Amino acid sequence: MSVAVSPDTSARRARGGGTAPAGGRRRGFPIGRTAVYVALTALAIFSLGPIVLFFFNALKTNSEYAADSLGLPTSWTWSNFTSAWSQANMGAGLWNSLLIVLGTVAITCVVASLAAYALARLKVRGSSAFMTYLLVSSALPSQMFLVPLFYMWARVGLYDTRIGLILIYCGLFSPFGTLLLRSFLLGIPREMEEAARVDGAGELRVFLQVVLPNALPGILTVALTTGLSAYNEFLFAVTMIQSDSKMPLSTTFFTFQQGFTQNFTLISAAGFIMIAPMLILFLLLQRRFINGLANSGMGGI
Amino acid sequence: MTIPESTAAAGAGPDVSRIPDPHRPGVLARLRDRRVSGWLFLLPLIAFNLFVVLVPSTFSVWYSFTDWTGISSKAKFIGLENYRNLFRDPEFVQGLEHNVLWTLFFLIVPMAMGLFGAYALSRIRRFRLLFRTLYFIPYIVASVVNASIWRSILDPQNGLGDLLHINPLGDQHLALWSVEFVNNWAWWGFLVVVFLAAMQGVNPSLYEAATMDGAGATRQFFAVTLPAIRPTFAFLGLMTIIWSFLAFDYVYILTQGGPAGSTDLLSTVAYRNAFSNLQGGYASATGIVMALISGVVVTVYLVIRKTREWET
Repeated sequence: MSVAVSPDTSARRARGGGTAPAGGRRRGFPIGRTAVYVALTALAIFSLGPIVLFFFNALKTNSEYAADSLGLPTSWTWSNFTSAWSQANMGAGLWNSLLIVLGTVAITCVVASLAAYALARLKVRGSSAFMTYLLVSSALPSQMFLVPLFYMWARVGLYDTRIGLILIYCGLFSPFGTLLLRSFLLGIPREMEEAARVDGAGELRVFLQVVLPNALPGILTVALTTGLSAYNEFLFAVTMIQSDSKMPLSTTFFTFQQGFTQNFTLISAAGFIMIAPMLILFLLLQRRFINGLANSGMGGI
Repeated sequence: MTIPESTAAAGAGPDVSRIPDPHRPGVLARLRDRRVSGWLFLLPLIAFNLFVVLVPSTFSVWYSFTDWTGISSKAKFIGLENYRNLFRDPEFVQGLEHNVLWTLFFLIVPMAMGLFGAYALSRIRRFRLLFRTLYFIPYIVASVVNASIWRSILDPQNGLGDLLHINPLGDQHLALWSVEFVNNWAWWGFLVVVFLAAMQGVNPSLYEAATMDGAGATRQFFAVTLPAIRPTFAFLGLMTIIWSFLAFDYVYILTQGGPAGSTDLLSTVAYRNAFSNLQGGYASATGIVMALISGVVVTVYLVIRKTREWET
């Protein structure tokens, strides 16, 4: 072995040196690799089983469900989906959710990217105190501001409007989007930005023409996590929207389920219709979703 | 916005500013000064936060000292009466107890499941991403739907409840644990993802060294992994406490706080007081107490983080 080796010598030696005792064989769990896979599979069944069961229930007839609520459907009653769609008024719900989610995502991305640019790139005095404030304000219980917010929104005509709900979501979700995007922007090299500044570009131009194009992957992550939160949100949706015609899917489904407590097959079908769009989007773009949401728990926010 | 620091900076030090300095900004350039324009970029975020969170929260502080109904513009100042009533109110005390039980459950069960899942995943090679994705799916499914899934499974006439001859959501002694179980089912996969990300940042040479020293997997977990991910662990512990006081959806959807208040949390009590009993001032006081508890927890965390100098 040579003397001049990099800091992680032990790793190299263990892997490369044929004489090292653990060199060839990687030590696993004491009870063996198979047991680990069995445990992991059991956890996967625990996670997914109820959702699969829910899907099966959506395909059963009522009498079949009553006879066996935990088994496979014998006849595949796809018409449950169309019945649920019309009886629960899901078309309107989906349309409202689409408007609310797109509105929230668009505004939040603009607000968050402007703010993230300032916090990551411009030497804003007091920015770390401001970030602490954001952290604290997103940890406040909604019950602290829900009633006065309800009152304010009612006074200015934003209660029971989709735009009112969109504005609330932007206020709720933009701090997280900002902090997420800020850490993304910190990873982008500064050189191009400095070059543009030397060429006399103002901050807005640097932001729009240099930073924004490079930040697109980060903005996509913010869009996905914000969209998911807005789509699934319940407390503000149920409080701020009263008319059936303006309800997003989460409350459309909730109302339907409250009214039809015994008809589990239709409830299951309606529930599946509600989660399908997010499930598909998640499976297609799961890395971006997971990276974004995992960041919310990493302490870096 | 204010521009205090640029003027302060210009006034500081001996008066060398008369000497023409190409780097000294004029008025126009100062507006383009990054420190000043930074606040302009933050303005939309601040505006949203102001109207959605800060202003209503401030109102809440005021209303908590009044008999405000929550729907009229009339509010009479009644001092600390709401707060005094809170601690005499059996619903509030019971809700607080349930919040503590909720916190303890979520500090133990999902954390253990998350750590186990993440550590097992960090030590395997095949199917790691597949398992991670599968565990995460309940987290992205809406709470209304997850609640519905479990309501049908736990149903005393049809589902598991029938098989086991219990009524998980209808029995006063079981209901809180059932709701916690359902919420945890949707939650623990998120912790797997976060812990796994942290564990993948651990220097592999530490494991190699531990293996050479003859440490088995369990030993490595406690001697290498756990100390290395301590900041993430502490942060999630903090957030668990805060989130436990924010919990609302699963209780409201599954049991509405029942049966007989056995699943009530502070959040559901406050919600009912505000929107069913029209006691906006009283509900505000509940919200303030919840915020104060979170505030104390966050402060303790920030102080610890500062003294220990954990990097974030």
